[in-house]
Amino acid sequence: MEKVYINSIGSISAQKTFDNNDFLEEIVTYQDNIIPVIEPNYKDFIPPAAARRMAKGIKMGVVASKIALEEANLTDIDAIITGTGMGCVRDSEKFVTAILDNNEQFLTPTSFIQSTHNTVAGQIALGIGCKGYNFTYVHSSVSFESALLDAFMQLELKEAENILVGGVDESGDHTNAIHKLIQHIKPEKINSKELLHSKTGGAVFGEGANFFVLSNKKQDYSYAQLLGIKTYNTLAKSDLVANLEVFLKEKNLTFGDIDVLISGNNGDIDYDNYYSELTNGPFKDTQQVAYKHLSGEFNTASAFGFWLGAKILRTQHIPSPVALNPIKIKGLENVLLYNQYRGKNHSFTLLRRC
Amino acid sequence: MSDLKQELKEKIITQLNLEDIAIEEIADNDPLFGDGLGLDSIDALELIVMLDKDYGIKLTDPKEGKKIFESIEVMANYIAEHRTK
Repeated sequence: MEKVYINSIGSISAQKTFDNNDFLEEIVTYQDNIIPVIEPNYKDFIPPAAARRMAKGIKMGVVASKIALEEANLTDIDAIITGTGMGCVRDSEKFVTAILDNNEQFLTPTSFIQSTHNTVAGQIALGIGCKGYNFTYVHSSVSFESALLDAFMQLELKEAENILVGGVDESGDHTNAIHKLIQHIKPEKINSKELLHSKTGGAVFGEGANFFVLSNKKQDYSYAQLLGIKTYNTLAKSDLVANLEVFLKEKNLTFGDIDVLISGNNGDIDYDNYYSELTNGPFKDTQQVAYKHLSGEFNTASAFGFWLGAKILRTQHIPSPVALNPIKIKGLENVLLYNQYRGKNHSFTLLRRC
Repeated sequence: MSDLKQELKEKIITQLNLEDIAIEEIADNDPLFGDGLGLDSIDALELIVMLDKDYGIKLTDPKEGKKIFESIEVMANYIAEHRTK
């Protein structure tokens, strides 16, 4: 079995993360219940003729992947694997609205072409001329982890050498309106600094694209080693700690070996108690980190957590805005990510310093 | 006729997402496809739908489109002659 490394990263998020030289040095604070990404100048990355038909999610994904490929010094890649919960939801909304408004007549091709979930992976492949394996996983909040697991297994088994993996989701007005109606989005606008201490239900929604080049060839510039991923569609809160213990044991680790826990708290009082099982339980004396107050909640928000874990391990630094507790340990070796959304689709992801 | 040409230029820029092109940059006789505005086959489909939806003109033969979409001037003349709304 080959070891798997994170060799490069590219992130478009609600923070200024598209410059890989920065690491959350300047935090953007929001007072809202839906937060957008900070967009780079897309024209610096995509020719205008190609960009004019691209939806926001495609532009974000293409740019994040270009940043990751450039950092890895690669112009081609063996495979492209993406995860997305909603795909290009804006064009889906536009197309469905056009069907209703025009009584199923006058349907134009562009929004239909862009409304599929695998458009981002397809556009990346077209852009770099990659004819390799191209796959998109659509599994709610384990979409990114499913893509990651696929890449991990292919690299472990030497079926590929370099794989581009990413998570991407864009925010759609109609979809957000529905989530507000069913109160999956908080009814109140909340300051992002206060979000994780919120006493109300629902989350602050966001969007983003986070891409990585994974490889079984370690480089001087590698960020971290990916040790393993485990996903669960359903997992009772009472079984969480026991299942995590089994996962860690498979990697010859115990709770005490984890130096940093990155948890996917989103300020939803009804579901953040899953994270409390770990933060108040086996990891109460461990450095704890959270990130959704910076990125917002979306199906592939955990890819931003993965980006954060990779940056922490490479820089050996935890920026204060993501620290959940005052504990500080030097020599960060093992980072564990735990994520779930509304009590479903749980994932454990394990990273190691390299 | 000049109002219709202006309207067509606005619609083409908006519906085909030609963000970097201003109305003044499209001359009435500029070719829309190829060396002119550089439109492609997907744009042609968008224009066919636009003719149907906005002017009530149904193109049954796709080959007709090649001639009708030659330039703003040709398009405007064809619409003025055949429009039903």
